Amino acid sequence: MREPRAYGETLQELYGVMAEFKSPDALKQAVHQARMRGYRRLDAFTPFPVEGLAEEIGFSDWRVPLATLAGGAFGTGLGYGMQVYTNLNYPLNVGGRPIVAPSAFMLITFELLVLFAVVFGIGAMLILNRLPRLHHPLFGADRFDTASLDQFFLVIFSDDEKFDARHIQNFLWSLGPERVQTVPSAGGPG
Amino acid sequence: MAQDVSIRTASSRSRYAEITQEVVGIPLSYPRWRNWWICFGIALALLLLFFVSAGVLFWNGVGVWGNNIPVNWGIAISNYVWWLGIGHAGTLISAMLLLLNQPWRNALNRFAEAMTLFAVTCAGLYPILHLGRPWRFYWMAPYPNTMNIWPQFRSPLTWDFFAVLTYLTVSILFWYIGTAPDLAASRDRARARFWQVFYGILALGWRGSAIHWARWRQAYRLTAAIAVPLVVSVHSEISLLFAAGPIPGWNSTVFPPYFVLGAAFSGFAVVSMIAIVLRRAFYLQNLVTTRHLDLLGKLLLATGLMTAYGYIIEIYAAYYGGERYEMETLWDRFTGVYAFSYWGAIACNFVPLQLLWLRGARTSPFLLFVISLSVAVGMWFERYMLLVTGLYKDYLPSSWGLYDVSIWEWTLYAGMMGVFFVPFLLLIRFLPMISAFEVKETLYEGKVQHSPSVERTGAERISGHA
Repeated sequence: MREPRAYGETLQELYGVMAEFKSPDALKQAVHQARMRGYRRLDAFTPFPVEGLAEEIGFSDWRVPLATLAGGAFGTGLGYGMQVYTNLNYPLNVGGRPIVAPSAFMLITFELLVLFAVVFGIGAMLILNRLPRLHHPLFGADRFDTASLDQFFLVIFSDDEKFDARHIQNFLWSLGPERVQTVPSAGGPG
Repeated sequence: MAQDVSIRTASSRSRYAEITQEVVGIPLSYPRWRNWWICFGIALALLLLFFVSAGVLFWNGVGVWGNNIPVNWGIAISNYVWWLGIGHAGTLISAMLLLLNQPWRNALNRFAEAMTLFAVTCAGLYPILHLGRPWRFYWMAPYPNTMNIWPQFRSPLTWDFFAVLTYLTVSILFWYIGTAPDLAASRDRARARFWQVFYGILALGWRGSAIHWARWRQAYRLTAAIAVPLVVSVHSEISLLFAAGPIPGWNSTVFPPYFVLGAAFSGFAVVSMIAIVLRRAFYLQNLVTTRHLDLLGKLLLATGLMTAYGYIIEIYAAYYGGERYEMETLWDRFTGVYAFSYWGAIACNFVPLQLLWLRGARTSPFLLFVISLSVAVGMWFERYMLLVTGLYKDYLPSSWGLYDVSIWEWTLYAGMMGVFFVPFLLLIRFLPMISAFEVKETLYEGKVQHSPSVERTGAERISGHA
C-alpha cells in the first residue's frame, strides 16, 4: 500500500505535504523532479486521467488485467462445466441429440466468460484502489475539491523514507506551484 | 468533504472548470423545472399504465393478448428484440469508439449508456411477462431445487436468460465506473449537505489519484473491449432464437449480422433523438456540437445501408435456395395480410434515410430527429414483420392463422415507454449526463479543436434562464 495509514497503530501527525499546480504538464514535471530527488511515496491527483502520469510515479501494476483474464477463465470453466454437469446429472433424451452438446453450450459459456471477466476486473480495480473509502485525510485539505475541477495536486506522503516536512515544503515551492500545504492525518472517521 | 465548496469566480475560471460547471451544474441547480415535471408526469402516467397492463395480464393470463396458435409469439417478443436492439447502440458508442480512440464519443457516451440500461430493462421484462407463469421465471437459473431438476441449457430460452443478465450487469458496471469520477465532481461542487452525502456515497470516495486512474483505465478499457463482442453475441443469440425454430423465413445465414446491424441502426437513431432533445433543452451546443450530429448521421446511414444489405440477401437467399415454403413466406411478406409491416419497414427505414447523404440533412437537428424517429418506427415494423410473417403461415394450411395485437398488448407497449422514461428522466435530473472528465481529457490531449466560446457558455445561459 502506497499511502500511509490514516489511523490505527501507525498514527502519524502528518499525512503528507501537498502542492497545487495549474496544469497537467506542470504536475508531470513536478512528479518527475520529486522522483529524481528520491521520493518514492507520492501520488498525484488530477481531474481526469493524464497519460503517463502514473508511470512517472512508478506505477506498473498488471493485476487488474490479470484479474480480468482470471475471471474470463473462471467464467468459461464455470459456464461449460455447469452445462456439462447438469446435463449429465439429469440426462434428457431429446430426439437422440447428444447429452453434451458443445455447439449449444457455447453461447452460455461465452456469456459467463464475459460476465466474470468484467466483474473480476472491476472488482480488482476497486479492491486494489481501496475503494469505496468515503473518508480520507485529503478531503480535509484546503481546496482539494478542485482536484475534480481543474487543479492538479502532488502529495508526498509522510511515510516516505526521506520525509521531512520542512525540506519537502521548500522543495515543492521551488517547482513553481500555486500553493503548498501540509495535510494533517485524520483522527478517525467523522 | 472539502470545506471550501464555493466555485471560483468567472474571471479565473479555466476551460476545464467551465466544462465541469456546464455538466455538473445541471443536476445541482436544475434549470428546466417546469418542462421536466411535464415530461416526468407523462412518463409516470405511462408507468402506471404499465402496472395496470401487467396486472391485467397476471390476473387473466396470456389470453388477454392476441397470441394464439400458430402465432404464439406476438409483439411481446418483437418488442423484446426491438428494445434490446436500441440498447446496443449505447454500448457500441461507448465501448467501440473508446477502443477506436474517437474522442467525440465523450459528449454522447453517458446518456447513450443510460439509454442502454433502461432499454435492456424493458427488453428483459418482455420474455418474463410472456411466460405463462411469470412468477416462476427464476426456473431459468440453475439453482439446487428439491426435485433435482436443472434448466434445459440447450434451449434458446435459457440462452436469453444468461445473455440479458450478463448484458445488463456489464452495462451497469461499465456505466457506473465511467460515471464515478463525475459523481466525485458533483460531490465537490454540491453545497447542500444532503447532496454532498448523496453524491459522496455514490462516488465511492473517488479522489482522482493517478494510481487510481491508471487502474481505472485498465479496467474501463478491458470492459469496453469485452463489451463489443458481447453486443454481437447477445443479438446473434436472439437471431439464433429464431433460427432454432423450424419456421420458413427464419433460417437465413445472414441473420446474426443482420440482427446486430439492425440493432445498431435503431439504437443510433434513438441516441440521435435523445442527443438532439438534450442539447436543445440544456443548451449543450458547446458539448454536443453540430459535428456530433453529423457523425451520428453518418453512422445512421452506414448501419442503415448494412441493414438494407440484409434485406436484399434475405430475398436473394430465398430465391436462390428455391425452397417452396421460403418463397411462399417471402411472397407473403410482399403481398400478404401483413405486407404493411414489410413495406412500412422499407418506407420508414430506407426512404427518409437517403437524405443523410446530404451534409445539410445530417447537421439539421430537426431533419435528423425526424429521420431517426422514422428509423425507430421502421425497425419496429421490421421486427414485427420478421416474427409474424414467419409464424402466421407455415408448412401446413391447417396451421395457418392470423394475429391481431390486442388492446392490452398496446397498453403494455405504451407502458414500457414509462419504464424507459421514468428512470431516464430521473437520471437526467440527478446525475451528470455528459462525461465531463473525458471531455476535459480530450481537451488536454488536444484531440479536438475547441473554439473558445464566443457567446456565453451553456452553464451561464442556463443560470441566466433559471
